[in-house]
Amino acid sequence: MKRQIIFGMVAAAFCAGAAMAETGPANVEYTDGAITQSLSGTPGNPEEGKVVFSTASLGNCVACHAAEITKDLPFPGDVGPALDGAADRWTEAELRGLVSNAKMTFEGTVMPAFYKSSGYIRPGNNYTGKAGTEPLAPILNAQQVEDVVAFLLTFKE
Amino acid sequence: LAVTGMALAEPVDDKLIIEGEEIKTIAEPSAHLDGALPELVSGWHYRDTETRAMQMDDFDNPGMIFVDRGLDIWNAADGTEDKSCASCHEGPESMAGLRAVTPRVDAKTGDVMNIEGYINDCRTTRMGAEAWNLKGDPMTDVLALISLQSRGELMNVAIDGPAAPVYEMGKEIYYTRYGQLELSCANCHEDNNGNHIRSDHLSQGHTNGFPVYRLKQAALLTAQHRFVGCVRDTRAETFGLGSDELNALELYVASRGNGLAVEGVSVRH
Ligand code: HEC
Ligand code: HEC
Ligand code: HEC
Repeated sequence: MKRQIIFGMVAAAFCAGAAMAETGPANVEYTDGAITQSLSGTPGNPEEGKVVFSTASLGNCVACHAAEITKDLPFPGDVGPALDGAADRWTEAELRGLVSNAKMTFEGTVMPAFYKSSGYIRPGNNYTGKAGTEPLAPILNAQQVEDVVAFLLTFKE
Repeated sequence: LAVTGMALAEPVDDKLIIEGEEIKTIAEPSAHLDGALPELVSGWHYRDTETRAMQMDDFDNPGMIFVDRGLDIWNAADGTEDKSCASCHEGPESMAGLRAVTPRVDAKTGDVMNIEGYINDCRTTRMGAEAWNLKGDPMTDVLALISLQSRGELMNVAIDGPAAPVYEMGKEIYYTRYGQLELSCANCHEDNNGNHIRSDHLSQGHTNGFPVYRLKQAALLTAQHRFVGCVRDTRAETFGLGSDELNALELYVASRGNGLAVEGVSVRH
């Protein structure tokens, strides 16, 4: 009993330490388009990830992607491919890279980079049309990226 | 209709006939497009059945109300000179043909002029009146009136001679991936026309239909106003209405649609 409590405390301290070691958009390391390390240090929550996927002001992935698993979301777009089986095709690290900056995987793709804060032409302040100042807040924060990756990992066929 | 792409992605095969006159909404692309579009297709084909039908009947076209309002403004004296548009230009039919060839580089001044630019020039230098807001009601009403005079005429915007550098500047802007979403006009309207962004059916983004009555906004929209909306949607800093950038972009985009007919006042959602 006592040992369990101590073990639990150590694990909690370890998690807290990892959470503090969040990787900022400028420090992300891509290996062939993939990101091995968790960006937030906290495991993603697939349910939150679905919210990111479907919400226009967040990932708005549904604007471009359909999938059987998201068929409850009306009017999915078709600018991007259907994502059925994405988790069979890609590893977690590759999916993290795809969401963070898909241009590292698909050169010149129209898919926006969701975890990037500088290097833009005429960056705006969100959707106001006014100028924004780099570094911008990335479109998704570290945890939101982890959440949507966790959600994508459920896209199995 | 020989438009390529997936079955679902096709613009609707239909004919735009207004008051018995067929309006050319499908055309051969000009050589200067260099194969970028296999066929020119007006935005009208990408809209749903009810929206298309509204534009087929001038009584159902909400934009036509603004044409009437535009005629009242045309005839109303204003400014320190106490003159109306009619004082110098007689009826609005004197403007026939203008919509099809603008924006253009004005032969006398060398300035890039769209119709709004001409109107505000007349107001400030000839009428002693204040310039109109470039997206305000009086401007869009008179624009609708003037555009209607060219309904059915084929877009024929010049891109050579003094227009050549303007064309190049507009083209550069068209292909630049602005904003935090890093999307260019071409990403949506050249690479993905026929596809859907959520429920929006992407067209080729032509301007032959402008001014457009936009059902979503219940108002008339100028081409530049639309461009500003599209740039804002890429999370970018937009360009000002009437700026050199938007004038060049408007000339370039209009020239991509050379061969499509001026629709007068179109209806979109
Ligand atoms: C503006 C359109 C657009 C948006 C928004 C978008 N994507 Fe994509 N996505 C694409 C395109 C296009 C591709 C295909 C890559 C290519 O060839 O350019 C792609 C590819 C992918 C792939 C790999 C495709 C596969 O199944 O093998 C995944 C996974 C993916 N996107 C996930 C997402 C997620 C998650 C989001 C939101 C956080 C998102 N996308 C938002 C356009 C988009
Ligand atoms: C005092 C006279 C006068 C008044 C009033 C006037 N204009 Fe003009 N307008 C001109 C002249 C002169 C030109 C230049 C014609 C040229 O350069 O060949 C012109 C040019 C134009 C053009 C460009 C047409 C072309 O074919 O080059 C437009 C459009 C126009 N006016 C619209 C209007 C409108 C709308 C109003 C009222 C709001 C108005 N004008 C009021 C004298 C006037
Ligand atoms: C993120 C995607 C996107 C980008 C980038 C974009 N647009 Fe659009 N645009 C749309 C959508 C959606 C519509 C409404 C549906 C349609 O007509 O395509 C639209 C409509 C238009 C229309 C109206 C067409 C009509 O017939 O009513 C024009 C013109 C246009 N865009 C021009 C541009 C220009 C110029 C740029 C670049 C400065 C641009 N767009 C960038 C998405 C985009």
